[in-house]
Amino acid sequence: MLKIENLHVKVDGKEILKGLTLTVAPGEVHAVMGPNGSGKSTLANVLAGRPGYEITAGSVTFQGRDLLALAPEERSREGVFLGFQYPVEIPGVNNVYLLKAAVNAARKHRGLDEVDAFEFLTLVREKMRLMRMEESMLSRGVNEGFSGGEKKRNEILQMLVLEPRLAILDETDSGLDIDALKIVANGVNTLRSPERSLVLVTHYQRLLDYIVPDHVHVLVKGRIVRSGDKSLALELEKRGYDWVTGEAA
Amino acid sequence: MSETAKQLESLLARRYKHGFVTDIDADTVPPGLDEDVVRLISRKKGEPSFLTEWRLKALRHWLTLSEPHWSHTTYPPIDYQAISYYSAPKSKTDGPKSLDEVDPKLLETYEKLGVPLHERARLAGVAVDAVFDSVSVATTFKERLIEAGVLFYPFSEAVQKHPELIERYLGSVVPYTDNFFASLNSAVFSDGSFVYVPKGVRCPMELSTYFRINAANTGQFERTLIIADDGAYVSYLEGCTAPMRDENQLHAAVVELVALDDARIKYSTVQNWYPGDAEGRGGIYNFVTKRGECRGRNSHISWTQVETGSAITWKYPSCVLRGDGSSGEFYSVATVNNRQQADTGTKMIHIGRDTHSTIISKGISAGRGQNTYRGLVKILPSAHGARNFTQCDSLLMGGKCGAHTFPYVEVKNPSATVEHEASTSKISEDELFYCLARGISREDAVNLIVSGFCKSVFKELPMEFAVEAQNLLAVSLEGAVG
Ligand SMILES: Nc1ncnc2c1ncn2[C@@H]1O[C@H](COP(=O)(O)OP(=O)(O)OP(=O)(O)O)[C@@H](O)[C@H]1O
Ligand SMILES: [Mg+2]
Repeated sequence: MLKIENLHVKVDGKEILKGLTLTVAPGEVHAVMGPNGSGKSTLANVLAGRPGYEITAGSVTFQGRDLLALAPEERSREGVFLGFQYPVEIPGVNNVYLLKAAVNAARKHRGLDEVDAFEFLTLVREKMRLMRMEESMLSRGVNEGFSGGEKKRNEILQMLVLEPRLAILDETDSGLDIDALKIVANGVNTLRSPERSLVLVTHYQRLLDYIVPDHVHVLVKGRIVRSGDKSLALELEKRGYDWVTGEAA
Repeated sequence: MSETAKQLESLLARRYKHGFVTDIDADTVPPGLDEDVVRLISRKKGEPSFLTEWRLKALRHWLTLSEPHWSHTTYPPIDYQAISYYSAPKSKTDGPKSLDEVDPKLLETYEKLGVPLHERARLAGVAVDAVFDSVSVATTFKERLIEAGVLFYPFSEAVQKHPELIERYLGSVVPYTDNFFASLNSAVFSDGSFVYVPKGVRCPMELSTYFRINAANTGQFERTLIIADDGAYVSYLEGCTAPMRDENQLHAAVVELVALDDARIKYSTVQNWYPGDAEGRGGIYNFVTKRGECRGRNSHISWTQVETGSAITWKYPSCVLRGDGSSGEFYSVATVNNRQQADTGTKMIHIGRDTHSTIISKGISAGRGQNTYRGLVKILPSAHGARNFTQCDSLLMGGKCGAHTFPYVEVKNPSATVEHEASTSKISEDELFYCLARGISREDAVNLIVSGFCKSVFKELPMEFAVEAQNLLAVSLEGAVG
């Protein structure tokens, strides 16, 4: 599904990712943890194609194709989804309108006609119920005035409607209350399947109780310094990052 | 950043979609302007003598004026003697009585413009008074309007049928001495629309006119007069698009609105005159005088405009708030792309007590376009408790365009409240990336963000035209965005 090899990335001349290697097979869930500023969001952004990152070495292949050669919108249409750590507000742009534009862009890419308005709304409503979102949020501006938790739920709503092959969720659990965390995790789990992969960026082991990962990686200063199974997250929670950074040094 | 700017520019090379010329024989007077030409126009239209005299007074006054140059625009000098001041489509009688009689070529033209007159008019319940060159050739939905007592005619027909109303109201809001272009218009105006809504009547449908410039080298001098009597309501929409041309074409219209006691007039414009090619060649000069007077108590006039076309736009739809408790609104979206220039805004003149005005202006500049908001809020000593709120937002796309804001405020009554908010921004890279990351193309993403920016204006448009305006905005910014 996703193969990252020896990825080096600079931002404003400063090297942030320093030779990152990671392979995600279809159906797998990978959790990426690591201290603030270690490069987790940088990795997520580079995978989604955000401008401003200079890739100095390494490669990323997605389903056998060179992901880095694709424009961000093409990556999305090919099935890469980024759940933003800080979803942006787009004033005046209808939330449901953006969602529909996204769905239609993906359909067009696959040679399909535009989605039927009624079917689309039915689907969105169903996913909103799953996410326990008020229907009024559909007609509001994209994330406009949404609370932190509402923004995160909106990200997951988009993901559920778009049904990506690879979802990278950047701290989707941050800012969620305990109930919301369960709702979000439940939403994410409905999408799990043998064909779909997930990369979860998180600081908290708690999320991993609900979305159980196959692999856990610790990113420190732009490198994966340790990988393991679910128990690694538990261990980190107990012992902190000093434990791995000390070991890596 | 700079990469985005480059992409913005590369996409700037868009084509005008409505550029074509209809081949219809025109009955055109030779170029030039003097008293004989004015008399000829008036005679051809069979006008009463008061109107001929009024035109002549306007001409004499105009001859004493020189073209004003205070706007933030540049263009080569206009040779007013090289313009032909009258042109009419050839017709056997006095023009068609129904759509069947309309020149099929003209209907075809509307078709190409996406204005399937017969269908859309019926479906949308809109009475369409189509202006082709200088003479109106199609008027629909007459009966329903007659039933309601609403008078909706091409201006020249109104002159024949209701000369008393014309004599009473023409020039009462925009006198022939008002300004250079208004004087010129008063002398040579060709045709336009006339609306009178009687006391207590709510006009049963949106009234609409599609304007179009067609015959070569004939300036358009539209004259529109709308009167809403006590307690009446009318919503009027003016929309226009024009064919591709090499020479600049002058358009100097005058629109006058009169709202009597408790009357409400909503006037919406979607303006899509040919903007010229990428270098600005051949676009329309749109020098318009639009003013409404809230003459009666608690009367209300609302201007909404979406200005996407023309090489140069110069217009300030204004409200004179004379009646106590009257209110005026101005909602505007103005876009400039390539070499387009727009100097637009409004004047709110508060005379009566407790008069309110609201100004929302959204300027979008792309390419090498220059966009100026120029507004005046004037509170006279008599206007106790007057209130104004102004919001001017500018959006810049790319690094070669300009946005300028000139808000003039004159407050002569200390009890007045005047608030002004302004902002200038670029399309946010974060917003753009968010859309891209959802698979939406750059172009669609920018259109989405820009229409979000304009939402507070679009929502003022009559429903069926809001969509049209949004599409127009997308067309006019096509290529403007990366
Ligand atoms: N535009 C930029 N200019 C300079 N430095 C940047 C820029 N963007 C990111 N960085 C730096 O890159 C490093 C990695 O940032 P990143 O956002 O990837 O961290 P993170 O692991 O996601 O942290 P957090 O857990 O706080 O979200 C940080 O030191 C950050 O300051
Ligand atoms: Mg981060």
